[in-house]
Amino acid sequence: MINDAAVLTEKLDRIYKIRGPRRKDDPRELVALDGVNLEIKRGELFGLLGPNGAGKTTLIKILSTLLLPTRGRVVVDGFDVVKDFGEIRRRISMVSGGETSGYGLLTVEENLWMFARFYGLDSAVALRRINDLLHLLGIGDRKRTKISDLSTGLRQKMNFVRGFICDPGVIFLDEPTLGLDVTAARDVRAFVKNWMLEHPERTILLTTHYMAEADELCDRLAIIDNGKVLACDTPHNLKRRLQREAVFKLKVGPIGPKPCKEEMLESVPGVRQVSIVEHSSGTELSLILEREEVLSGVLTHLGRRGSKLISLEKREPTLEDVFIDLVGRGLNVDTSRRGKETP
Amino acid sequence: MNDTGIYKAKGFQLFWRTAWARAYPRIVGTFRERSWLFFETLLPVLGTAAYVFVYRAINAPPDYTGFVVVGGAMIAFWLNILWNMASQLYWDKDMGNLELYIISPGPVMAILMGMAIGGLVMSGTRALIILTVSTFLFGVTYQTGSLPLLGAVFLVTMAALYGMGMMFASLFLVSGREAWHISNLLQEPVYLVSGFYFPVKAIGFWGAAAASLIPLTLGLDAIRQLLFTGDPTLGFLPVGMELGILAVLAVIFINGARLALARLEEIGRREGRLIERRR
Ligand SMILES: Nc1ncnc2c1ncn2[C@@H]1O[C@H](COP(=O)(O)OP(=O)(O)OP(=O)(O)O)[C@@H](O)[C@H]1O
Ligand SMILES: [Mg+2]
Repeated sequence: MINDAAVLTEKLDRIYKIRGPRRKDDPRELVALDGVNLEIKRGELFGLLGPNGAGKTTLIKILSTLLLPTRGRVVVDGFDVVKDFGEIRRRISMVSGGETSGYGLLTVEENLWMFARFYGLDSAVALRRINDLLHLLGIGDRKRTKISDLSTGLRQKMNFVRGFICDPGVIFLDEPTLGLDVTAARDVRAFVKNWMLEHPERTILLTTHYMAEADELCDRLAIIDNGKVLACDTPHNLKRRLQREAVFKLKVGPIGPKPCKEEMLESVPGVRQVSIVEHSSGTELSLILEREEVLSGVLTHLGRRGSKLISLEKREPTLEDVFIDLVGRGLNVDTSRRGKETP
Repeated sequence: MNDTGIYKAKGFQLFWRTAWARAYPRIVGTFRERSWLFFETLLPVLGTAAYVFVYRAINAPPDYTGFVVVGGAMIAFWLNILWNMASQLYWDKDMGNLELYIISPGPVMAILMGMAIGGLVMSGTRALIILTVSTFLFGVTYQTGSLPLLGAVFLVTMAALYGMGMMFASLFLVSGREAWHISNLLQEPVYLVSGFYFPVKAIGFWGAAAASLIPLTLGLDAIRQLLFTGDPTLGFLPVGMELGILAVLAVIFINGARLALARLEEIGRREGRLIERRR
């Protein structure tokens, strides 16, 4: 039933035509979304998790009526994105990480007021909400700062406020914590969680690279790569998929031949997935093994190649491991570091 | 379903709220940073002075000084159309504002209207300063038969001119960087054909008729006829007719802007041009 879904996509494809300089046999088209079926219920905080170029932003832009689907049906809050985009626009808002919107000459308050008026808010209501929201995000004292004088983090918090002033039914957050330090990112996440608690009828769709963020915030997640949804479930259920497998993280020294993923998958039976990340201090391997006993095979293999083991850790499966299991590679180094730092 | 308990205007009220909100940064910008005032009024005054001295040297009728002064002031509006209105949406796209304008329920036409209102306030201030300074410098005297008619001509001229600016803004949006060159290309020739510094009649009937596509041409001509009644033969067409043509132009340009915008939004959504960044 459509009415229960805040967002519904059916067999959604988006193909970009490549314009500009191109060599003869370069492709003319790029498939950014490929048969995406998603249903996000009203009241859900839903996450899209995927590497660079997976199609997350493309999906958000389609849902926020900035881009048309190439094929398939897309419904937001009960309205079709192709035909009823006007209705959708009254019900949504969007905040993207690293946004540089607004006019530098205006103060934070003036800038937010301007956007609030585009949604038809009364001036007094807008100013009151701006004040409240700025305080909630801990930047109440920055109301009169010109936005050209804001740091990246402060600016992003201001953008955040902008997204919530009009109290949208569905809000799209595209990497909302991009470029924020640990504390600021935590403020923003706390704000999102609180907002969902206080407005149980509202829906949030957020994209992120940060596994810990997705794990902490989202009711449900879709893991997306290359324009395809690979899995869609609660973080808990996603991790449970790996329950029977054994997940290890090990580190080998910088000297000697680097471990090779293909070789390991081939020559050690029982290795389901490996992701290898190079650090200056050595190489980190995330291993998903079919059984714990496979580990000895891995160690023998590494020893034979001359790698020196530095540390070994058995872990509960994290979303990162789910991701590695599905996609065959990790997200990126920053992600795993970030995951550890954030509480 | 999503009754938020917050009142949100619709229709006409939303249109005006959006337009004024978008005009706000322009107006604030005009008065918050006044450094522009010096350069953007001094240069036009100098340009005006050059023509005034030429006309005096060749013993042109004294009304010509007034013609030049009024023309010099009106240039402020033309520059505003070319350098602010026309490329504004394009810059807004670059800054990431356009996306937010489009997905907000406030109509993009209202955004354009807001830019026009802001631009009018800004250029109006500028024009007024140029006019006052040069009137004082060159000792121009005006005669006005009908102030209401003068007001009407000015308003309709501005409606047509800014309607044209709104249309340019939509068209420039897809053209991108070339827009800048078009602006450059239009600046000087328009000085010439619109008769900023001389009566447009001087370029001949068909020349003037073609130049009349740019609303400033007829607007300026009508304003001059109303301000300087010394030599009525200098006017191109009767004021009433000019007013009528300007009104038609206003309707055409504003509707043109509306259609262009709708069309471009559709193309933009299909081809992904609303979301791309060039820098
Ligand atoms: N306007 C466009 N024209 C052509 N191709 C595009 C356009 N926008 C995005 N793409 C391509 O579509 C694919 C998906 O891009 P998208 O921005 O949706 O990824 P993403 O998941 O948001 O990545 P990131 O994590 O880097 O933000 C990429 O290969 C990208 O290069
Ligand atoms: Mg993205």
